[in-house]
Amino acid sequence: MKLSRKWLSGFVTVEAGDKEFAEAMTLSGSKVETTGDLGAEIRNVVVGRIRKMERHPDSDHMWVCRVDAAKNEPVQIVTGAWNIHEGDLVPVALHKSVLPGGKKIEKGKLRGVLSDGMLCSLSELGLDERDFPYAAITAAALLNDYHPIDPEKPSIPADIQPGHKIFGPVVAAKAERVENAGVNRWRCTLSHAGQDGPAAVTVETSCQNIHGGDLVAFNTSSGSLCTPADLHAEQREFPHCINDGIFVLHEDCQPGDDIRPVINADDHVVEFEITPNRPDCLSVIGLAREVSATFHTPLRLHEPVVKGGGPGMLPELLDVETPDPELCPRYTARMVRNVKIAPSPKWMRERLRSMGVRPINNIVDITNYVMLEYGQPMHAFDYRYVKGGKIIVRRARAGEELTTLDGNVRKLTENMLVIADETRAVGLAGIMGGENSEIVDDTVDVVFESANFDGTCIRRAALALGMRTEASAKFEKGLDPLNTLPAVNRACELVELLGAGEVVDGVIDILNHVPQPTVLRLEPEKINALLGTDVPAEEMRDILRSLDFDVKDDAVTVPSWRSDVLRMADLAEEVARFHGYNNIPVTLQRGETTQGGYSPLQLAERRLGSVCRSCGYSEIITYSFISPSCYDKIGWAPDEPLRDSLKILNPLGEDTSIMRTTTLPSMLEILSRNYSYRNRSARLYEIGRIYLPGGPDGLANEPKMLTMGAYGEGFSFFTLKGAVEALLRDLRVADVRFTACQADPSYHPGRCAGVYAGEKLLGVMGQIHPSVAANYDVDCELYCAELSFDALLEVQGPGAEYAPLPRFPAVSRDIAVVCREEITAGALEACIRRSGGKLLRDIALFDIYRGSGVAEGSKSVAFSLTLRSDERSITAAEADGEIGEILAALEKELGATLR
Amino acid sequence: MPRSGNYSERKRNKMKEQLAKIKEEALAAFRAAEDAAALDELRVKYLGKKGELTGVLKMMGRLSPQERPVMGQLANDVRAALEKALEESSRKLEAAALELRLKAEAVDVTVPGESVSIGHQHPMNIALDELKDIFIGMGFTVMDGPEVELAELNFDRLNAEEGHPSRDWSDTFYFDTDSRVMLRSQTSPMQVRAMDTMPLPIRIVAPGRVYRKDEVDATHSPMFHQVEGLVIDRGVTMADLKGALNAVAEKLFGEGTQTRFRPHHFPFTEPSCEMDVQCYKCGGAGCPTCKGEGWIELLGAGMVHPRVLEMSGIDPEVYSGWAFGFGLERLALRRFKIDDLRLIFENDVRFLEQF
Repeated sequence: MKLSRKWLSGFVTVEAGDKEFAEAMTLSGSKVETTGDLGAEIRNVVVGRIRKMERHPDSDHMWVCRVDAAKNEPVQIVTGAWNIHEGDLVPVALHKSVLPGGKKIEKGKLRGVLSDGMLCSLSELGLDERDFPYAAITAAALLNDYHPIDPEKPSIPADIQPGHKIFGPVVAAKAERVENAGVNRWRCTLSHAGQDGPAAVTVETSCQNIHGGDLVAFNTSSGSLCTPADLHAEQREFPHCINDGIFVLHEDCQPGDDIRPVINADDHVVEFEITPNRPDCLSVIGLAREVSATFHTPLRLHEPVVKGGGPGMLPELLDVETPDPELCPRYTARMVRNVKIAPSPKWMRERLRSMGVRPINNIVDITNYVMLEYGQPMHAFDYRYVKGGKIIVRRARAGEELTTLDGNVRKLTENMLVIADETRAVGLAGIMGGENSEIVDDTVDVVFESANFDGTCIRRAALALGMRTEASAKFEKGLDPLNTLPAVNRACELVELLGAGEVVDGVIDILNHVPQPTVLRLEPEKINALLGTDVPAEEMRDILRSLDFDVKDDAVTVPSWRSDVLRMADLAEEVARFHGYNNIPVTLQRGETTQGGYSPLQLAERRLGSVCRSCGYSEIITYSFISPSCYDKIGWAPDEPLRDSLKILNPLGEDTSIMRTTTLPSMLEILSRNYSYRNRSARLYEIGRIYLPGGPDGLANEPKMLTMGAYGEGFSFFTLKGAVEALLRDLRVADVRFTACQADPSYHPGRCAGVYAGEKLLGVMGQIHPSVAANYDVDCELYCAELSFDALLEVQGPGAEYAPLPRFPAVSRDIAVVCREEITAGALEACIRRSGGKLLRDIALFDIYRGSGVAEGSKSVAFSLTLRSDERSITAAEADGEIGEILAALEKELGATLR
Repeated sequence: MPRSGNYSERKRNKMKEQLAKIKEEALAAFRAAEDAAALDELRVKYLGKKGELTGVLKMMGRLSPQERPVMGQLANDVRAALEKALEESSRKLEAAALELRLKAEAVDVTVPGESVSIGHQHPMNIALDELKDIFIGMGFTVMDGPEVELAELNFDRLNAEEGHPSRDWSDTFYFDTDSRVMLRSQTSPMQVRAMDTMPLPIRIVAPGRVYRKDEVDATHSPMFHQVEGLVIDRGVTMADLKGALNAVAEKLFGEGTQTRFRPHHFPFTEPSCEMDVQCYKCGGAGCPTCKGEGWIELLGAGMVHPRVLEMSGIDPEVYSGWAFGFGLERLALRRFKIDDLRLIFENDVRFLEQF
């Protein structure tokens, strides 16, 4: 919400500078986003009157102007613009001036002629034609500016003379004299040779670039002067006949005046962030009330006074029906007749512009002005298009169409509210008017609507149609139904003030819902108890009164525009805001102490993360939603039950439309991204959730997964397995087993293992199937592990317990056995463990050999076995006996023989 | 002059001479020895069983009993002197040898060390762990809860009733046409879950993922993280809220960090506030980091709305509470001076390895 401080000053006087103002308002609850001095960048630019214009002696397009800027001497300025004339008031950037954007102007010479400054265009002052519609420029085609595209083949001969035909009825003519005939009107006396010899004619034109002596193209049939477009010429053929030039002022100002007040660049605009509970602050008056309470200065409100007396009787002219009263709590309307559509006065345009609203015409500007001032959206319709003089506020019919003011055809539904006559909709209630009832230049009678609509209905309709407007943004927050009448009266008052029409006596006011004021008991001790303060009751009363709450002893009546105040806590906030949040003391936590901390689950999660990092894996965070196509990419069968995922009905896109039931695609996507970034290796982990349908209350089960992923030179199945083993060791998981797993379609069937603790499956790990990797555009080996966090937690071993250090030396024996290829190392190890006696303490595989000396289809596997007793030193004979039994078992059970 | 006496004296003198000679020669030889092996040879030569000194000592038997002790003493002195010199030389040689070895073993210390790869924690979780530890120190329990959540808990129970704009399908992700089950748009439903399940008093923080329908750009992501906090007890005041959150700000940004509280609006707190910390970059003077304001918004907070307490069956006449919510991304981005939110979810190892 933008606020013009000039406009504000009509209601409350505040001397504070912008910074101080912003800080105070922010701390009392109206957060200031930005402040802006509209004229901050303009220095030493004044109004000047062009006294004399002469063509530059050494240029075909420049003028040398003598400008009266209320200095001792006229200022000489050279300009290339053609739209100015002697007597014009223009903005003059004097020597050593500054323009918006920091552009500095100094005196200089242009083609040898001194120029003591610059005349300014609209854009050079940071303005555009919407700010000053009359400053739009139309240029005639001047034949003395004609530059043929091909010098060999000019469309207009270089020696063309007045009277020469150009084409059809268009002839060349000389402007003998040019006189001003009003704003943007010029009377040119032309001379040209007609059929009957030399002829003189006077034409009126809005083209501003004609001066005595110019050669123009005159259309003898229409009696008008031609623009370059009329001649079907390109702009470059008339390089100086452009619709741009100096901003010729038609304002109440004198030579020497500072330009800033003239163009309203002396206003300061403050932009507020208004929270949704305070729609009353989306208005100048609402903010003025907050300013008044913040700065302890009185608020000057104004009661609109309407003279009325326009022709006719309102009840005979207009009837209003509200068949859906719940959607239209109140509908207030007045009529204005014999309207004269014109631009609104400068002060009104300025205020609208300062608050970011584009001026259009007096009637439309009045509705916008009242909306800004009162916060009550208003709409004006052309009465002649209200068929039958009856306004019906009803639900749209399914499929009903309406062309809104922006020219778009809107398809409506029954959930939308329209303003209609007996035959058709003429506006979308609370959002935008219809094109069919728009105020146009020949509008005669106008209906002003000032209504209160159901916020949710307006919000939904605006959302469904994708057209959130200034009005709908206000309605959707819930407006004060008591505001409609003062607002419509203010509009009528402004009509009379502007002389824009005659207001018909009387008001149509349908009140479907009579709001009851909220009355609360002021309980100062409770407020202080909540805030931790000691604010005296009288200060509380003063604060509430300054916000126009009615306070009688302990009874507080909440004003109608403060529907957000419903109970003690709300009053406490009002008190706190103006007592000052920063004046509330700061106390340390009291009361019963609580023991803070992590749950065992959270501790395990932290621990797992730190082990992953010490193994060299870095943490990633990935989105919880994935694309349904991910399941295909990781090779899942079409009937894979885990494909059953929670589906977002309104996703941002297909790629983020379902909740993942596996973390693998997320990890693969990140590995793939790193690979495509040419990162030579990556080791990553994520502790993240998967989302399985079938949780309590129709929610999801959201178990956590530890996912690891890696690639890079030298990385193998066993590199990853080592890390997984380290993790499990750290968690003191007993009886860990890795079992070959060929069934997981995401993994290489020969390089994938199920990870178990005893019979409990913890997860899966291995090399990603090359075709899955290819789906992710990766042509190197990818490795992943997916471990269930819950399962890990379940098999987590008990806390550490000290075991005495060995007191007797160990005996170590290395054995190498030859067995068939299909016998796994795990099977050999299990056999050794089984057959080894109590003395066998450790088994370490240290070599697997295939090749010369070992038969084809066989391999040699070498283990280092450690034997030790806790009671005594063992003898070589004992050790040999033990090893012998192990070897015997290996041979018997697995056919593995000592090498 | 007795013959024997002369004889004996000659003998004695000869031995003396021999001893002196051995001593002189041996000492010179020890000094000249170039390595441990040569020294050892000399030790054998002079002090060994068949060595020269032993040879002289063997002649002791020919001396008179009176002379023996004198000569014995002399011979022992020589032996001691030689042993001492031998040891000295040996030590010198060892020291020289060690010096040589050390010289030979010298390394180029500028050659890089053998790489030890240690993984890195994601910056978001570094910031989160920091926060969690602060709150745990203040007696808070860390709570975890579902991300697929009931709209009832995410909205209704937090006083954002039917018609609240954040409930729109344009803002929130839903799983059913009745808008019953959704992806939580804030961690605030954890307040409700805490009130519904925990005994009073309550002090919890609940970090986690939240989801809003925002397209991805430098400052937006459809998934991001919040940290919710809730305190409920008898007689809890807004002054307590300020005290606790000031303490958090000091722990996050250093002692003496200035804060300010501004009125704000949240449906589930009343009064509501936002807390700003003085800009760490300009110290409050105003700079691009704080957009000229001198303050940086840190979190939203407020006194738990009495209606929210009532809906959870807690009597607002007896109990009061305060709650807060952090945006974790914003905190982490600021903490590590990361300028684009997309980096957080891109997980480029060149990014991750910086933390």
